[in-house]
Amino acid sequence: MTPFIRLESVAAPLLRDNIDTDLIIRVEPLFSGVPRADLGRYCFETLRYRQDGTEDPDFVFNQPASRHAQILLAGANFGCGSSREGAVWALLAMGVRCVIAPSFGDIFFNNCFQNGLLPVRLARADVEALAEHARTAPAARMVVDLQHGFVAGADGRQVGFEISARRREALLEGLDPIAQTLKHQARIDDFQRQDALRRPWIYRFGALADPIPAETGQRPSPPKEPT
Amino acid sequence: MERTLFDKIWDDHVVMDMGDGFALLHVDRHLITDAGSKALVDMRERGLAMRNPELAFASPDHSVTTTPGRTDLNAHSVRLVGNLRKEAQARGIRLFDMGSGAQGILHVVGPELGLTLPGALVVCADSHTCTHGGLGALGFGIGASEFAHVGATQTLVQQKPRNMRVRFAGAAAPGVSAKDLILHAVGLVGAAGGTGYAIEYAGEAVRELDIEARLTLCNLSIELGAKIGMVAPDEKTIAYLQGKPFAPRGGDWDRAVEYWRTLHSDAGARFDREVLIDAGSVAPQITWGTSPEQVMAVDGLVPDPAVIGDAGHRRAALAALDYMGLEPGQPIAGTPVDRVFIGSCTNARLSDLRSAAAVVRGRRVAAHVEAWVVPGSERVKRAAEAEGLDRIFMQAGFQWREPGCSMCVAANGETAAPGQRIVSTSNRNFVGRQGPGARTHLASPAMAAAAAVSGTICDIRHIGTLSA
Repeated sequence: MTPFIRLESVAAPLLRDNIDTDLIIRVEPLFSGVPRADLGRYCFETLRYRQDGTEDPDFVFNQPASRHAQILLAGANFGCGSSREGAVWALLAMGVRCVIAPSFGDIFFNNCFQNGLLPVRLARADVEALAEHARTAPAARMVVDLQHGFVAGADGRQVGFEISARRREALLEGLDPIAQTLKHQARIDDFQRQDALRRPWIYRFGALADPIPAETGQRPSPPKEPT
Repeated sequence: MERTLFDKIWDDHVVMDMGDGFALLHVDRHLITDAGSKALVDMRERGLAMRNPELAFASPDHSVTTTPGRTDLNAHSVRLVGNLRKEAQARGIRLFDMGSGAQGILHVVGPELGLTLPGALVVCADSHTCTHGGLGALGFGIGASEFAHVGATQTLVQQKPRNMRVRFAGAAAPGVSAKDLILHAVGLVGAAGGTGYAIEYAGEAVRELDIEARLTLCNLSIELGAKIGMVAPDEKTIAYLQGKPFAPRGGDWDRAVEYWRTLHSDAGARFDREVLIDAGSVAPQITWGTSPEQVMAVDGLVPDPAVIGDAGHRRAALAALDYMGLEPGQPIAGTPVDRVFIGSCTNARLSDLRSAAAVVRGRRVAAHVEAWVVPGSERVKRAAEAEGLDRIFMQAGFQWREPGCSMCVAANGETAAPGQRIVSTSNRNFVGRQGPGARTHLASPAMAAAAAVSGTICDIRHIGTLSA
């Protein structure tokens, strides 16, 4: 995973509340197999393009100063709704590395940390002040410093933010969560051994060795090759 | 120390404390949809084996066509379901495939097969995994990276959410279903009101709900912002599970039941947030906007943004009314509809279809309405057909379709046209959710059926006055 330490960039304000992950990325490009790196042009598709397919010049990421913004200033409950991690991939593919909002959807929030995208929670008034500044001076650059835990506007005003030490370290070092957990395999083995005595019914249907109950069998014919 | 239902289940899954409020949790059931099949392919590319394939269960639901008489895959599903089949076979994951008799939406399949059990930790790369809380399971949605983590380690690192209780006191009025109760709660608490919480639903009105209705209730937890929603298991839960194909048997059953009876919040357990709702005051609900929190009683007037104090809510309401093509102050009942969709992990179980059929029986779908019923699973479909519900729907002019997510997520090509107005029993009325420009009104199965036969958004309490 790409580490996140410090970021300096212009910021794009999009302060609407409850921006859901469907709005960040529609399901079609995800299901049709568009590679992650190419999802950027589908990010905020519904907001970015008019019905004739041309860019809507009013949308912030279509404006020259914000087109390559790596910081997104968002409204409350950003990333609510569907668990699709494609929402994070699409933001990253568009170049966004940090989203600053009053609150985030819980699943989206977790997905960010899996991909090196930093979600920063700030009070609504702070987000609005940063957004106001970004609107009046769109070319001004903001700083997000994870090492020291603050956001600084181009006017030099600093706002501290909270992040759990665990998540901060993982982002700073770009740690792979699976590799981290696999270090604890023996603990997982122990847990399952004891748990199987305590809650045998969780494990007991004996996988595929167990007779398959009526009406729940596997597909009778071998898979057809996709055509 | 007194613990909540959620605390107890959480504690029983802690493999190790990771510090800072995080724990490594054991995952008991990993449900895998065709939408999640990409994560299996990613795991293969990373050289990651499945640690416990016997604890994983798969069924294609998101991308499959629900065309009546379907035989196999179409352009939307060929890659995703193809991958699911290949990976399930290669890794020894039990697959409930199309035509097996058990395929369906995994949040319908898990409970009805007895895969979902009280106190079990259930994950799926789908946000509506909160549904399983209806049986007293701890279910939540995960992303593709967390999917790979579960696959490789059978665990997840999670930060413990806070406890929230939503109590529905009293009895719900006639015509008011679990869907109406939970939509009302979303409107009251807001789409972010449950963010960071695990919710327990309690109170008389919840105890009165049958298990399928509790699944509906918990299904919309994520629309409240909470990725977890639960109802404590009780004798109804135990009766529901007894004899289910994957439910414990023999001595295991007795031990499981004994354990399940301990799964309730202790008297005096502390909740970080409490919400009390008078169930008797809840009317049948219908959404008017583009977030589930934009919901109202069906006998009310479309809200006027001008009188909304909060600037953010006002802007959201203006944008929503524009998208939905509604005028402030108009009665929402009587608004003509183009489509009706009865289905989804929210409302596609047998009891949902029965309640819709009771409205439809002896009536006709309005001439200008295209109405669909998409059963939640092959088992639901078979059970409904055994009691003749399919004939009631088809005689009325509904399409009786094959199981899948269909128009809820519209990822299988089953979309509404731009500008079409749909009354839908699903869970999300987001912009473009049911197709670009499509206008979604969320409601209960009975309300959706009433909209189909009357051709307009219709108060279910007045359906008796419609001519049959």
